[in-house]
Amino acid sequence: MHSVYCKNISKIYHNKKKALNNVSFSFKGKGILSIIGKNGAGKTTLIRILATELVPTSGTVIIDDINIVKNPEEIRKNIAIIPQEARAVQWLTPKQTLISYLMYRGFSYSESKKLAIESLKKLSLTKNLNTLNRLLSGGTKRKVLVSYVLFSGAKIIFLDEPTTGLDPISRSELWNLLKKLKDDYLIVLTTHYLEEAERLSDKIILIDDGKLVAYDSMDGLRKKIKYNYSILISNNIQKMPKFINVKYKIIKGLNSGYQILTNEKDSEKITNILIKNNIKFSINPVSLEDIFYYLVKKTISEDSDNSDNDEY
Amino acid sequence: MNTKKKLNQIFASILLNSIYAMKNYPIMFINTLLSPLSMLVIIVIVSRGALIGVGIEGAFIMTMLSGGLSLQGDLSHLKNDFKLQDIVVSSPTTSFIYMIGMGLSELIYIIPTLIVLLILAILFIHATIVQALIMLIALIIIFLFSISLGFFLSTFTSDVMQSWGMTNVISTLLSTIPPVYYLITYIPMPFQYIAYISPTTYAAEILQSITGYLQITPLNFYVDWLVLIILTVIMLVLSIRKSRWREN
Repeated sequence: MHSVYCKNISKIYHNKKKALNNVSFSFKGKGILSIIGKNGAGKTTLIRILATELVPTSGTVIIDDINIVKNPEEIRKNIAIIPQEARAVQWLTPKQTLISYLMYRGFSYSESKKLAIESLKKLSLTKNLNTLNRLLSGGTKRKVLVSYVLFSGAKIIFLDEPTTGLDPISRSELWNLLKKLKDDYLIVLTTHYLEEAERLSDKIILIDDGKLVAYDSMDGLRKKIKYNYSILISNNIQKMPKFINVKYKIIKGLNSGYQILTNEKDSEKITNILIKNNIKFSINPVSLEDIFYYLVKKTISEDSDNSDNDEY
Repeated sequence: MNTKKKLNQIFASILLNSIYAMKNYPIMFINTLLSPLSMLVIIVIVSRGALIGVGIEGAFIMTMLSGGLSLQGDLSHLKNDFKLQDIVVSSPTTSFIYMIGMGLSELIYIIPTLIVLLILAILFIHATIVQALIMLIALIIIFLFSISLGFFLSTFTSDVMQSWGMTNVISTLLSTIPPVYYLITYIPMPFQYIAYISPTTYAAEILQSITGYLQITPLNFYVDWLVLIILTVIMLVLSIRKSRWREN
């Protein structure tokens, strides 16, 4: 059973930028813990502190009962990180990359060679064993790095934006891999792909401007907003029809259209009105993206005051 | 952690930074041979052969120095472009083991140059075993100084271009301008003191005096050793204690 306990972590950089502000949370067990937030929210700072790369300005971080702020060396055999923008060293082949990376973990050359081949096989990279990394596709290069953590001996893995820059197919392959791994590892990942966090995570940390906005499971986060359906109107409409005796919230500006958040009962009434007014729409249960925008409140534009009314 | 694991971690750096790199790109092998030998050729031609012994000793010092300083560029490249340092920081490898491994990986690159210089030294310097041992110790100290300096600086660089520029400047300041390829007596007196800012001047004086190219007092000889050792220890401590490994 793994555990991560963070209490009041703050980080102020030398340029006085406050990257994290009293962030507290705890997680126990295996699975995927996602940290989401917009660019510059503090995701990378948080994951780098957890991976013992960065010392927090204040606060306590305890992983598997080890205070990693005071004793980082003690946890390092159990953790591994693939940093944001990490690339497989281009003058090496995947096999050579893994052998040397695994030897940094303390494995002997023969153990590393065996593990490297096994790991690359598990990720279907056997045919690329001896191809120079620089000749591999972006997705394959990323897989090479992920394969390193698989057999590193670490049981807590930190992945900082692992799928950024990958094409949809490579991203989907990596998601499938992470889903398989979550039974054996505690994976902490940062992402700004909300769909990624929604599909993979057992728990989600939402941070904005260095502050923890929410921390819960996907179901728990859904309960944080009083609406459970999202109606998207993507085309421009002259005038929004009036919805009487229904509870809803309109967010203007999302994807250049309107979004109406409502509950299951009232969604039927609203969609009927939209159909009558010949307005095209799509309806879905609220997603992490909806929750994110709702909690962070960054997309509400000129209609925000009106949209806060539940009825009109 | 046991010694075997530490040796594995040291060997990881040697594999990654030199053996695999040379295996995949043999041109890397030739590159390190050219710079010190080209300087040696110039010195020999300009002095019409009179400074060949001093030139060989200078080439030894420059090879050891540039080997260590290359570490700065390589580490900076690995740190900033591949995020290797971030990966290693979160592993059981310590900064000291990483520095030693990477330092030794640079030594692998300079082995061919050292072999060529050794042959030239046997032919032209005719040092005794004791003299050769003293020279070897001074060269090892200079190498330790340069890898400590290279490692220390690499942890602060944020871009490989900045690092390459810094390496060239330091290499020129520490090996081309100071009296490494020539005798300190060639420098007019008030300016000789400036030469003593560089640790390579002390190493060169040790090598040149032990083989009879430079006449210095026994006191000077011991002071040279003392200063060289003190500067290297300071640099080593700085690189272990003050380099930016786990960031604050």
